[in-house]
Amino acid sequence: MSNAVIAEKRPSTLRGASLPKWSPWAIAAGSVAVAVAVGAGTGLTKVQWGLISGLLFLAATYGIAAKVEGRRQAKDRIATGLVWVAFLVALVPLISLVWVTVVRGIKVLDVYFLTHSMGLVADSQPGGGIYHAIIGSLEQVGLATLIAAPIGVLTAIYLVEYGRGRLAQAVTFFVDVMTGVPSIVAGLFILSLMLIFDMQPFGFAGSMALAILMMPVVVRSTEEMLKLVPNELREASLALGVPKWRTILKVVLPTSIGGITTGIMLAVARIAGETAPVLLLVFGNRFINNNPFEGPQQSLPLYVYQQYAAGNEYAYDRAWAASLALIAFVMILNLVARAIARWKAPKTGR
Amino acid sequence: MDTSTQITDAPPPVPQPNLAELKRNARGATRPGDRIFLGLSRGSGIFLLVIMAAIAVFLTYRASLALSKNHGNFLTTFEWNTNVTPPSFGIAVLAFGTVVSSIIAMVLAVPVAVAIALFLTHYAPRRLAGPIAYVVDLLAAVPSIVYGLWGALILVPHMTGLFGWLNDFFGWTGIFSWDQGAPRSLLTVGILLAIMILPIITNVSREVFRQVPQMHEEAALALGATRWEVIRMSVLPFGRSGVISASMLGLGRALGETMAVATVLSPDFLIHGSLLNPGGGTFAQNIASKFSEATEFGRDALIASGLVLFVITLVVNGAARMIIARRKEYSGANA
Repeated sequence: MSNAVIAEKRPSTLRGASLPKWSPWAIAAGSVAVAVAVGAGTGLTKVQWGLISGLLFLAATYGIAAKVEGRRQAKDRIATGLVWVAFLVALVPLISLVWVTVVRGIKVLDVYFLTHSMGLVADSQPGGGIYHAIIGSLEQVGLATLIAAPIGVLTAIYLVEYGRGRLAQAVTFFVDVMTGVPSIVAGLFILSLMLIFDMQPFGFAGSMALAILMMPVVVRSTEEMLKLVPNELREASLALGVPKWRTILKVVLPTSIGGITTGIMLAVARIAGETAPVLLLVFGNRFINNNPFEGPQQSLPLYVYQQYAAGNEYAYDRAWAASLALIAFVMILNLVARAIARWKAPKTGR
Repeated sequence: MDTSTQITDAPPPVPQPNLAELKRNARGATRPGDRIFLGLSRGSGIFLLVIMAAIAVFLTYRASLALSKNHGNFLTTFEWNTNVTPPSFGIAVLAFGTVVSSIIAMVLAVPVAVAIALFLTHYAPRRLAGPIAYVVDLLAAVPSIVYGLWGALILVPHMTGLFGWLNDFFGWTGIFSWDQGAPRSLLTVGILLAIMILPIITNVSREVFRQVPQMHEEAALALGATRWEVIRMSVLPFGRSGVISASMLGLGRALGETMAVATVLSPDFLIHGSLLNPGGGTFAQNIASKFSEATEFGRDALIASGLVLFVITLVVNGAARMIIARRKEYSGANA
């Protein structure tokens, strides 16, 4: 970065006095040492040690810099310090989340856990597993993808290849708005249909709600990918007399298929973690139910919630292990999707 | 006639029928394949609009069934009794809890998210910035139920220290007084929501800060500005509308978040003056926790509260999108 280069230049007579490069580290080390000394002396908690050292660091930086370099430089250093502190503070909960999930999840996550249901185990007992939840999640998410992916991709094709005028504008706007529909509202919509037709909870009802949540995400990402396809490719194909629909199917889609796959996988990862619509529509089940069209099913996020609600140590262990399995599934989808995106990125240049 | 014979003498009359066909071809609607494909893709677009309309229509219909029998005032009643006759329910507490927890989340998350975005674009060593941005992307994909589990089992026990401190020093304000109950309050919910929406706001803000024209920054540097002055004079003004829309996207998430609130909050149907005492509720949390014991009428009542949430998120998201759209035109002129 250009500003970094300037900052590293040797001080010249024009720039006035400046602190040596190691000064932020020295001030940081000094303030941490003082904070630990004060904290250990008066018996404060570690969080308070951190707070004291952070405040000391900012105050000392400002004081020293203002004295040596002037007020403008001091403000700059304060801003730098604040940005670093904000970053480090934000890291704490996020690292804790991942760390705790892995450490507590790994305790009971084994092959037995992955291949057994809760059919013969009460929530208060150890044992049991998430096989039924995995089956339910895969079926519900799979069916949702079967509905949402074609509709989403076709809508994106309409917007990019055909869309002009009022209808396209309206679709664009409402796709944007639909992205923000809370998952529980999508669940309530399907619930209102089920109340009207007097239906009991079943897996596919959850799939429909998940599909509603998935469609706008697929449209958005596919649209971006189709826009990346160079116009020359389309023009070359059309100039050869190829009909527009064959141009789209044989030229545009193959060029952007990597990006479209990535978008769909990211959307799958997003809906795989949705709990609220599943809670309302699929209801949960202790037993294995392979049929998504009849009877309540289980799903991974819902399993986590119900085990948490059971409220004893064994259930908490299962909840953490199921969370770990869920996070692993979502992360693998994310990583694979990003790898595909990098590998199959459309070549825009020549 | 005379004129026609004159013309047929010179060139052979070919182009006229072909021209019409060419025109039809150019419009791309002659071949059946084209017509089917256009129909399919336009149909999908229309289907999306139909779904949005259907959500509004069906929610309104079921909500009206419940509201017509409601003996309380839907907007001001402080209770949610749908299993008794006459039923009485209202959204006052839910609206209060939803708004307050979201405001807390925004106040905490937006400055930190902007700082992290600045850190990634302007402060971090470049070798670090790439991987950190990647990890932030991944964190945005962590399911909300996992945040909920972490919040309930890890964050809640760790809040007692902060709550005691707030009570000691700011308890006199009333907002921060604490009766030593379990810290499953709106403040804890707000903090958890802030952690959840942090990655989203950071991602969008980072994209916006990256698009700041290099020229603006270099011009400021050339005038002798420090790094902070560059950010204040060229980066933040350019990115302001982007940050606003990013925040509103985060706000939309916070308003509609269900599971993280349902696991952390211990709800009741009162508006508490203190943010630290447990109680209150949000729209989404109330739906999730009241659903299992609700009769058909109770479900309709929950749908009515869901409709309010739907409208609120529509307004927030619509506003965010309009700000983004306006900004696109603006940056287009700059490009």
